[in-house]
Amino acid sequence: MSAPTTAPGISDEVRELANQDYKYGFVTDLETEVAPKGLNEDIIRLISAKKNEPDWLLEWRLRAYRHWTTLTEPTWQHVAYGPVDFQDIIYYADPRPKKQVASMDEVDPEMREMFDKLGISLGEQERLSGVAVDAIVDSVSVATTFKEKLADVGVIFCSFSEAVQNHPDLVRKYLGSVVPYKDNFFACLNAAVFTDGSFCYIPKGVHCPMELSTYFRINAADTGQFERTLIVAEEGAYVSYLEGCTAPVRDKNQMHAAVVELVALDDAQIKYSTVQNWYPGDANGNGGVYNFVTKRGMAAGRNSKISWTQVETGSAITWKYPGVVLKGDNSVGEFYSVALTARHQQADTGSKMVHIGKNTKSTIISKAISAGHGQNTYRGLVGIRHSAAGARNFTQCDSLLIGKDCGAHTFPYVEVKNPTGQVEHEASTSKIGEEQLLYCRQRGIPEEEAVSMIVNGFCREVFKMLPMEFAVEAQKLLTVSLEGSVG
Amino acid sequence: MMLKIEELHANIEDKEILRGVNLELNAGEVHAIMGPNGSGKSTLASVLIGREGYEVSGSVTYEGQDLLALSPEDRAAAGVFLAFQHPVEIPGVGNMYFMRTALNSLRRQRGQEELDPVDFLALAQERMTLVEMDQSFMNRSVNEGFSGGEKKRNEILQMAILEPKLAILDETDSGLDIDALRVVANGVNALRSEGRAMLVITHHQRLLDYIVPDRVHVMAAGQIVRSGDKDLAVELEEHGYADQGRPTPVGVTR
Repeated sequence: MSAPTTAPGISDEVRELANQDYKYGFVTDLETEVAPKGLNEDIIRLISAKKNEPDWLLEWRLRAYRHWTTLTEPTWQHVAYGPVDFQDIIYYADPRPKKQVASMDEVDPEMREMFDKLGISLGEQERLSGVAVDAIVDSVSVATTFKEKLADVGVIFCSFSEAVQNHPDLVRKYLGSVVPYKDNFFACLNAAVFTDGSFCYIPKGVHCPMELSTYFRINAADTGQFERTLIVAEEGAYVSYLEGCTAPVRDKNQMHAAVVELVALDDAQIKYSTVQNWYPGDANGNGGVYNFVTKRGMAAGRNSKISWTQVETGSAITWKYPGVVLKGDNSVGEFYSVALTARHQQADTGSKMVHIGKNTKSTIISKAISAGHGQNTYRGLVGIRHSAAGARNFTQCDSLLIGKDCGAHTFPYVEVKNPTGQVEHEASTSKIGEEQLLYCRQRGIPEEEAVSMIVNGFCREVFKMLPMEFAVEAQKLLTVSLEGSVG
Repeated sequence: MMLKIEELHANIEDKEILRGVNLELNAGEVHAIMGPNGSGKSTLASVLIGREGYEVSGSVTYEGQDLLALSPEDRAAAGVFLAFQHPVEIPGVGNMYFMRTALNSLRRQRGQEELDPVDFLALAQERMTLVEMDQSFMNRSVNEGFSGGEKKRNEILQMAILEPKLAILDETDSGLDIDALRVVANGVNALRSEGRAMLVITHHQRLLDYIVPDRVHVMAAGQIVRSGDKDLAVELEEHGYADQGRPTPVGVTR
């Protein structure tokens, strides 16, 4: 670790842990069918053909691609990385054995083993936690559990590719309705080349009986992952959804440019939680995932509610601003985030709340933790349109710095066009106090445990928004990611 | 002898704050250290618990071991406790959870079995009566939003739960009204025992009306310049610290 060795209060043992291995960094030897490197219309046609897509979807992809070629990569974000060669990426990798699996038991044993190693069981009967899982490796959804049980109540939960085949009307109606392909550079790229993702539809009045979860894994080398998730909650429906992500250790950077679209109609509620632990790169800042993601919810209906909760500890570079368009009157948008940057990680993340409907309400709670050489930027936009009478926003951004080589930055943007709008912004930056550490240690709590305790306390407001079992996981993840990054 | 301090010096950024402190403390004794602001009282407490940032020389022997060689947490495990003058807030960390973690860390380091939350709660509830605290304190974050008096009571509660052998009380009376002072002093007196020594650092004699010391030491300009019995405190109250710089520091400890 490159922290100065004179840093006070930091033991050598703690420093040693800094270079501890990324636990999920193994590579699984799966038979993978890959497309040649590079991006052009033929590749897009290949992806579309592989997936047996209808013409309208291919056309949409091609329109997106043509638009993308006119765009340049954004440079306004507060992160630094070398130029990305978009022709040096594989846009399609299929790890699936050629034959279609009829049941979960037929899933490739190596694939199964990989998920076991990750602590995710794909066997439905073995699962006790009552969470339905859609597992996505590289570009393809490999397994979705509990499908039938969900179908009993009318919930559709399947891979995006399956949805295109089986529910084309729903996909066509909502695809791009929240994040149009022209939205931004990375969303546009995703629209052209997205390969799979999850699709979820909760019919009118249905309270989804279990947590839905998607597990993303980049396995193949030089592969980009461009998944697309679409969740639609009809009138009065409720769903809680969680995504988790890991990738093997590779010395080259991997590209992940996903799009997530959420649609909540009248009185519907969507709770979307993310525990992101992509490979962050090694101690010197080599390798790691570029996580360039566009996530947006449309609170389209009256009294609808969309909540984003994210715990981000991975990725070399994170660029994401999960937001909510508050279109329906009285709709609610929430964003609760814990973002940790250690080692040489960089994050430019925050939220975008656009108030259109009357009496709409949004809350942004962002907790940024920087350690090592990590750079953490909060960037938020709160927009209150002419039409949004009585709209209210509360934003709180807290930054915690551990050591002296890291940084925290805050860029809040506020645009209020209705005089009845109320916007509150609170921000704080604190250093993990030598005084707090000493206090804990004086009581007998070892230093490393003390750091973890103070940081978890700092994040408590966000952790309590996560589904119970994931809150525990997030807390552990944070502790592991922080080990040794003091100093 | 529990604690023996010999020729203890401490510098911070080339400024000499302790200039050869000598002190001996036996188990079961309560010693008071008095002195004007800036005389080095709090620095002595800081050096004894291992706060970073000081350049220290001299020796401190605690129960036969070199105290200065230990990390702060190891000193805690060996039974050294400081009631802080300004207890820090730790947002989001529950007071109860904090104290249980602390006690279990100490127990672990001493090779004792950890207490589960139920047993800990019983212990905490019993000790809370000593400082007249109720359960609501335990559910709040550590020191967050506590009044000055509540913070000090919380320190004494931790002392009651962690049961140290050597307790150092740094200006525990500062900022307390007379009722809070009485509560804190009662708590401290209840914890006096044969196996426990206390070092009570205070600016005012007032605290010593409630916690009656076996010995009183006067500190000035980084040295202990006078020592005596409890009457010395009364004398100081009457005449102030003004004369205390002069007597020779040599051989003041017994």
